[in-house]
Amino acid sequence: MNWHAIAAIYRFEMARTFRTLLQSIVSPVLSTSLYFIVFGAAIGSRIDQVEGVGYGAFIVPGLIMLTVLTQSTTNASFGIYFPKFIGTIYEHLSAPISFYEIVIGYVGAAATKALMIGLIILGTAHFFVDLTILHPVWMAIFLVLTCISFALLGFIIGIWAQNFEQLQLVPLLVITPLVFLGGSFYSISMLPPVWQTVTLFNPVVYLISGFRWAFFGMADVSIGWSILAIVVFMGVCLATIRWIFHTGYRLRS
Amino acid sequence: MATILNVSGVTKTYEGGHKALKDVDLQIETGEILALLGPNGAGKTTLISVICGITTISDGTITVGGHDHAKDYRAARELIGLVPQEINLEPFETVMDTVRFSRGLFGRPRNDALIEDILKTLSLHDKKDSRIRTLSGGMKRRVLIAKALCHEPRILFLDEPTAGVDVELRKDMWDIVARLKDTGVTIILTTHYIEEAEAMADRIGVISKGEILLVEEKDALIKRLGRKELIIECDPPVDTIPDALSDYPLTLSPDGGLIYSYDTHAGSTGITALLADLRKAGLHMVDLSTRQSSLEDIFVDLVKEDAA
Repeated sequence: MNWHAIAAIYRFEMARTFRTLLQSIVSPVLSTSLYFIVFGAAIGSRIDQVEGVGYGAFIVPGLIMLTVLTQSTTNASFGIYFPKFIGTIYEHLSAPISFYEIVIGYVGAAATKALMIGLIILGTAHFFVDLTILHPVWMAIFLVLTCISFALLGFIIGIWAQNFEQLQLVPLLVITPLVFLGGSFYSISMLPPVWQTVTLFNPVVYLISGFRWAFFGMADVSIGWSILAIVVFMGVCLATIRWIFHTGYRLRS
Repeated sequence: MATILNVSGVTKTYEGGHKALKDVDLQIETGEILALLGPNGAGKTTLISVICGITTISDGTITVGGHDHAKDYRAARELIGLVPQEINLEPFETVMDTVRFSRGLFGRPRNDALIEDILKTLSLHDKKDSRIRTLSGGMKRRVLIAKALCHEPRILFLDEPTAGVDVELRKDMWDIVARLKDTGVTIILTTHYIEEAEAMADRIGVISKGEILLVEEKDALIKRLGRKELIIECDPPVDTIPDALSDYPLTLSPDGGLIYSYDTHAGSTGITALLADLRKAGLHMVDLSTRQSSLEDIFVDLVKEDAA
């Protein structure tokens, strides 16, 4: 293992985060606070409790997931796409490092950043609503696994993308709708039966449901399915990355 | 001297069938400077890219310091530093941070004292905390060299180090290369400036259309292939070559003199006979001078031959 290389990539990426503090950390926190004000305080006050939980608190896990999924994906995709775009990737390709070390560096940094933002949002939520977390360990496990899995997805997107438009495509057109339709702001039991079934094909449902279970002990799907979903998703990402590196797809000609 | 880099039978065929390298063999000795000359698109950058691991090879083997560059890529790549042709740098980083990153990437523990020494050698030390985007083009090129040197490589590749660089910086670059050679680093540079190869290299390789046409000691190459010319100034000037001299390979010079080209290694140069015959033909010589053909002439001849 070339630990120095992993540390170099990780440090370089984290330095970028802190250099662009406003854009990296302040802006997701601000937009989440706006969600709280609009959905939690303004609209939420007119909505009944959802399965015994106040609406303001109910949306906290979904809001955290919304930001964490987007952040881990965009951070990792940008992290690996940028060296490709400006040409410094030659250095990664000619250095004595394996592809897995490159992944650990970029995905590790992107996941760390998303995790930090997730925790900051959780802290911010305490200012708006009363929150008690029923299963804090499970909450942490879900959060970390989600950060890592979606950073892996982001890394794949960054390798695949050949321009900035493609880089934005998946987060904007796939991830955001899936998260909004995945029960961030509602329980899927509120949907008509047909849509409940359709929703089950949305993988994000399982993540949000599991994450919400860790907070409040209630879930749209059983916790076992949630764990299985995230493990399978991570497995698929890892297999894809393995294939990319084996074939040199869009990296080595 | 020991061979530090061995390229054997290397072929590179790109998707779509373009053969960028055809069965290339190249041995580099420790501590030498080899200049790879070739026209644009000859395969110079591809050759460097396959050795450095940026591009895969279709066939053949490459060993660096005895390590196979594919099977034992870590040991092989640790020995190599690469200065690419394009100025590829993160614009928002500082010089120090970007060089530190490179050292880490090559698996070396942090050593700021060493990096500062390298920056001093490259006259970059006062810019160490400057952001890359604020540097001039020449400075950026030096940063690329610092990045390539910071993990203490034994072989340094310079891909067109002076392309688009002004005369002063080019001379600086030559000085830097000479100093690096003194520290025992083996240097392989590509260029299409003949004068650069002539000024710096110990050996010269000529590559064209993906094939190495020759690799030879610079001096020997100039000697072996070098033709010499005897320039004869006449008074009054001549406008045709006299019939009596038609057996000699003479050409007219623009100012009414004659140019005799000969091979310095031939048993007889024919100069004595020519001078005698010139007198017999009634020509009055006012001056004689000789000119050795440059590497450029040799190179143009070689590439032309290859194209034929």
